[in-house]
Amino acid sequence: MTPEYGHFALILAACLSLALGVVPLLGATFGRPLWQATARPLALGQLALVAFSFICLAAAFARDDFSVAYVAANSNRLLPWYYKLSAVWGAHEGSLLLWVLVLSGWTAAVAVAGRNLPPALLARVVAVMGLIAAGFHLFLLLTSNPFERVLPIPPADGADLNPLLQDFGLIVHPPLLYMGYVGLSVPFAFAIAALLAGRLDTAWARWMRPWTNVAWAFLTLGIALGSWWAYYELGWGGWWFWDPVENASFMPWLLGTALVHSLAVTEKRGLLRGWTLLLAIFAFALSLLGTFLVRSGVLTSVHAFAADPTRGVFVLGFLGLVVGGSLLLYGFRAPTVPAVAGFGWRSREAWLLANNALLVVITGVILLGTLYPLLADVLGWGKISVGPPYFNSFFVPLTLALAVLLGVGALLQWKDTAPRRLRSALILALVVALPVGGLLPWVWGSWRWGAALGLFGAVWIGVLTAIDLWRKSRASGRPWRGLRLLRAGYWGMVIAHLGVALAIAGAGVTTSYSVERDLRMVSGDRQKLGGFEFHFMGVDEVFGPNYRSQRGEIHVTREGRGVATLMPEKRRYLGGQVMTEAGIDGGLTRDLYVALGEPLGAEAWAVRLHVKPGVRWIWLGSALIALGGVVAVCDRRYRSRVRATARTAALAEA
Amino acid sequence: MERLKLFVPLLIFLVLALVLYFGLGRDPRALPSALVDRPLPPFSLPVLEGDAVVDESLLHGKVRLLNVWGTWCVACRDEHPFLLELANRGVAIVGLNYKDDPDAARAWLARLGDPFEAVVVDAAGRYGLELGVYGAPETYVVDADGVIRYRHVGVIDADVWRDRIEPVYRSWVIPQ
Repeated sequence: MTPEYGHFALILAACLSLALGVVPLLGATFGRPLWQATARPLALGQLALVAFSFICLAAAFARDDFSVAYVAANSNRLLPWYYKLSAVWGAHEGSLLLWVLVLSGWTAAVAVAGRNLPPALLARVVAVMGLIAAGFHLFLLLTSNPFERVLPIPPADGADLNPLLQDFGLIVHPPLLYMGYVGLSVPFAFAIAALLAGRLDTAWARWMRPWTNVAWAFLTLGIALGSWWAYYELGWGGWWFWDPVENASFMPWLLGTALVHSLAVTEKRGLLRGWTLLLAIFAFALSLLGTFLVRSGVLTSVHAFAADPTRGVFVLGFLGLVVGGSLLLYGFRAPTVPAVAGFGWRSREAWLLANNALLVVITGVILLGTLYPLLADVLGWGKISVGPPYFNSFFVPLTLALAVLLGVGALLQWKDTAPRRLRSALILALVVALPVGGLLPWVWGSWRWGAALGLFGAVWIGVLTAIDLWRKSRASGRPWRGLRLLRAGYWGMVIAHLGVALAIAGAGVTTSYSVERDLRMVSGDRQKLGGFEFHFMGVDEVFGPNYRSQRGEIHVTREGRGVATLMPEKRRYLGGQVMTEAGIDGGLTRDLYVALGEPLGAEAWAVRLHVKPGVRWIWLGSALIALGGVVAVCDRRYRSRVRATARTAALAEA
Repeated sequence: MERLKLFVPLLIFLVLALVLYFGLGRDPRALPSALVDRPLPPFSLPVLEGDAVVDESLLHGKVRLLNVWGTWCVACRDEHPFLLELANRGVAIVGLNYKDDPDAARAWLARLGDPFEAVVVDAAGRYGLELGVYGAPETYVVDADGVIRYRHVGVIDADVWRDRIEPVYRSWVIPQ
């Protein structure tokens, strides 16, 4: 019966979400405090019901209830318990349930943590999220019910989880990514609430900032984890493929980044209000578009879930309703009166605006590349495929320009910066970054443009950040005390920017200096690559819970000293799929990466060896970026100011 | 007038939504090719191994699959083990290496195994254009007379093979 309870809870949750989307909103419109106050209990009730439903599905997996079609398709008696758990979100229906669970979680979090907000605003925000949830509940119940039964004769055993997904990365990657994707619904809801209320002061920007930061930090981590997962699980050593589904998560991230920065301008200076609203709407629209691209099967991708046109129509209709409605509202309500405050070109506002423009251009370029095959087909221009060369040729120079802007922008002051202050910093940064970028590549033995540009960008950001830190710490007269006085918001920015520098350096270095070789190796063979010697010891057969594996053993030495023992595997799962598990020795300066290819008869194997310098910096940098986002939220002023503003707002309403 | 400008984002979105809507009707996996039941367009292209130049008669004489692939194509990597399995079962497959670097393609086959009878190189993507290739991987069933009988866009796995391609393939192996 458990699956039926889960299904029933889901139906109840859908009803609650509809109530949540309507009652508080009417309460806010007609000034009924009681109706507004329903927001919190309804949001909490929705979360409880969806969580219960999720637990029911997890229980069906744990108990091998193969009478549930979704369980039968994605699990197996022999699957270890932790993969049974992660299999809950291993395919379309369950991952959508996870999506709804995360959305209910965010809604409840806003309802509870937003106690300090003016009640009418909170009611509107939570109601908008309720409406979004209602759409997804209907999607889930009408097109993708995870609790569907196979009756009367359930299969004796399940078909097993896609082996690509039987991995630690899959346990954590989707929940983190969804936390980010769905978290963008919070700034969206704030923007819509502000437009609905017609109160376009800057208070909403301040309330929105911490939520945006947290969602964006989750999205950063989710994307980085996805890249890392692809790196070690797909077995060919790449870390970004410009696959449509990767792009689908990257575009909201880019707009989220733009939003985080334009929010700073709106909060501090009251400028760019319309622009910030628009970014909040489009960032969430792109997460919905991502859902559409993945679920509808309009584009082919390694990630593609079952392509089902009815699902596509539903998501597209929903997307049209949500985004079209929001933009219509924006058209009617957005402020037309330009803000009075002006700013010069040496101001932080100007450079943040330029950074925003670049981020939007990059997003546009990626959107065009992702949708171009579709667009060309619809317009009858023939069928065209767009590959990594297109994306790289735009993305690389634009990102470098962004790095240069970033370094300068962070150094500037609001309104205007003294020319001398700016000039001295720029000259110093150039004097350091040019020779370092130009010479440092020799550390890896040869000079490459990619590495030089990446390192230049990284050092440029690093030096300018250091100069700013130095100046700020000296302002109080005592440097160490000065450092401690700096606010969490500032430290968050510093950490995130250094993360960007590290990631750019890593991308430049690993693209330039990774070496790889495909070889036929027999037991006892030795091969030199990138200063290391790889010694192939042969292949054993080992057994896992639900697979049989050929496991190679390779000893790596450097100048006679042992460095690592790598165990690449070739697994054949019960379902017949063959998977490559790379053997990786990770390190701060380089990764050693070995993948086992096909057996070539008589003890011989095709083996692929990689030495990848700096590849970890990319993920380490991403982690720093996310950390920066979270640190900034800890800034005291959000808490105190939220309370203060709420008090004033409450007074104003009373 | 100022107010009207604020509707520009909405307009942009509507255009995008229209494209998506019309795109929805076109399942990229089941694109009917205008070329189905018509002979393979003529070509004259180099092969991957050696310096011979071949034409469409390479595919005459028996039923074959023509598989469009490239080393830049992520999904092709997924598909590759299954192509090897098909080749082991005796299915004749000709590769069309599409918009790719021949050295990288040779290294790929050396490493992952070579399921192809022969690989034709279409480095510039011209022939792909004539075939109407949407993206890699893509697979055509070509009968003994060199006539295209079926087209599949996307990865072939055991299910796709059993449900969609094998029936067509079998029906042309044994003439009715």
